[in-house]
Amino acid sequence: MKIGRVIGRVWATAKDEHLESRTVLLVRPLDLNGQATGQAYLAVDSVDAGAGETVLVVDEGNSAGQVLGLDQPPIRTVIVGVVDEVDVGRSA
Amino acid sequence: MHFARVIGTVWATQKDPTLKGIPLRVIQPVDETGAENGEPLVAADRVSTREGDRVYFVRAREAAKAFPGKFAPLDAAILGIVDGAQVDGEDA
Repeated sequence: MKIGRVIGRVWATAKDEHLESRTVLLVRPLDLNGQATGQAYLAVDSVDAGAGETVLVVDEGNSAGQVLGLDQPPIRTVIVGVVDEVDVGRSA
Repeated sequence: MHFARVIGTVWATQKDPTLKGIPLRVIQPVDETGAENGEPLVAADRVSTREGDRVYFVRAREAAKAFPGKFAPLDAAILGIVDGAQVDGEDA
């Protein structure tokens, strides 16, 4: 899984039926210092994540299907948690 | 999933039988600002796109799941036509 920040969302009328009534959010990857790193990507929300929140994202199809309660969806990237805190145990 | 722009169409008469009936588009991946982001690729079209459309697409095996029952050899599929997006609170 990976950590990112919600920076936006996208609307689509014409979409695959597995995405009906789903929220698709734009997520910017974060490094362990909370700094933006790399290209933003789109993820399906499953936890009512909001703009600016730090989130936990799974990028694997079987997990996506399980979380969304769908059988074999064409979806692999899903927000599965809102991160309260990350502690990597680095000593000063 | 990622943003892309539809820039063309691929026609193939001789192909794997499971690909029959699946439109193939050439897409240019773009970032949230519309800037090109990587090399163009061929993606299966689930949502009847037209050239110039801004879309989002999924990579890897999940692409095939957009065409249930076909078990087609696909590694990219267009899942939605973007009506609008918002990034950092601004329309994008």
